[in-house]
Amino acid sequence: MSPLSERIQDYLPLLLTGLWQTVAVTALALVLASALGLLWSIMRSSGSRWLELPARYVVEFLRGIPILVVLFYIYFVMPELGLDLTAFQAGVIGLALTYSCYIGETFRGGIEAVDKGQVEAAKSIGMKHGKMMRRIVLPQAFRIALPPYGNNVVMLLKDSSQVSVISVAELTMQGKMLASSTFDNMTVFTMVAALYLCLTIPLNFLMRRVELKMGAAK
Amino acid sequence: MIRFENVHKSFGKHEVLKGITAEVDKGQVVCLIGASGSGKSTLLRCVNGLEDYQSGNILIDGERVDAHAASIHNIRTRVAMVFQRFNLFPHMTALQNVMEGPVQVLGEDKAEVRARAEEHLRRVGLADKMNFYPSALSGGQQQRVAIARALAMRPEAILLDEPTSALDPEMVGEVLSVLRDLAEEHMTMLIVTHEIQFAREVASNVFFLDKGLIAEHGAAKDVLVRPQNARTQEFLRRVTHPV
Repeated sequence: MSPLSERIQDYLPLLLTGLWQTVAVTALALVLASALGLLWSIMRSSGSRWLELPARYVVEFLRGIPILVVLFYIYFVMPELGLDLTAFQAGVIGLALTYSCYIGETFRGGIEAVDKGQVEAAKSIGMKHGKMMRRIVLPQAFRIALPPYGNNVVMLLKDSSQVSVISVAELTMQGKMLASSTFDNMTVFTMVAALYLCLTIPLNFLMRRVELKMGAAK
Repeated sequence: MIRFENVHKSFGKHEVLKGITAEVDKGQVVCLIGASGSGKSTLLRCVNGLEDYQSGNILIDGERVDAHAASIHNIRTRVAMVFQRFNLFPHMTALQNVMEGPVQVLGEDKAEVRARAEEHLRRVGLADKMNFYPSALSGGQQQRVAIARALAMRPEAILLDEPTSALDPEMVGEVLSVLRDLAEEHMTMLIVTHEIQFAREVASNVFFLDKGLIAEHGAAKDVLVRPQNARTQEFLRRVTHPV
């Protein structure tokens, strides 16, 4: 076997293409999941049954299905219903749908934790519900929801490895293929783990910084 | 200006207001006094629809207050409210708090509102705190911002729910002095308060509430100095001569 440093150099380009895919899947899924999650949370705290119930059912439904099954469903079943998606697209959508529930619950927790006096103060200057949510409740809810939201982001990044099961060539997938062709399991998977840490550790650090900054502005 | 006609209100089975009938005229400063649980805060909160009521009428210049009707938003812009716990918006500076209603709700010109808001903050003695966030202000300062926020709406009346109850004793004076100024300018105010001395000084009228009813009402000097009702007498003795 060639020396370790050489092997690392051999494996790295392939793993980096995987890393890039991981970042792309995660970033796209995060944007979608956050937008959808915001929508669920706003619907659930709208005070209108017609918005509240559908959002609640969607969230309960999606939360009750394992993420792998959601991915299989989107990738393998949807084409039979006439919706052809690439593995990458299916992966992004599956992750986004599943995580929209977690993120939605996180936002909803934030909204409900805003002091009721804030709602009363907003009402008492004549604000209607929509403006009150936008100007008074949501800015405070985001601040409260930020730490658990940060957790969601890190979990989403790690769970992006699940899309390897529908053949998206992200970091975990590349690692698995590399390991099975070289039999150098220890080096390959150590590198894979290290590359994930290269993403998650700065991400945690960034989240803490943002939290501190938001806390200071309060 | 504000008229209560046989107002009834229950929380579940518990009846809090048992038929309130009274009137507040323009320019009057009315203090609502009474033991806790007598319904005075609830009555106040019914006036701008933060609570609903089951029967009777609350009329503001003839317009009925209905917490569930679309008209409530307009009524709230005409009747401002100051809360016991200030409820300033923590993500906005003092100035932004004061400007929020006129700009966002009334749709007034921002530059004009800013000038007016600064003037209001100066009047309550906070010229040097305009760009501070609420968390950097003392309780008394926060409550004065809240009063400026109410004034900026140019309301026809202001409702104040125990405006000094959450304050440290040394800060009560600064808030009361602002209210005293407003009373002198004949701002219509409905104040739930435990400050009997303050009520004696500034109130034109006093409603004494007891178990969901107005047990006695009239000119402040009569009710507070020569109460006729036995319950009023007992209440005033208790709060002015605590054991």
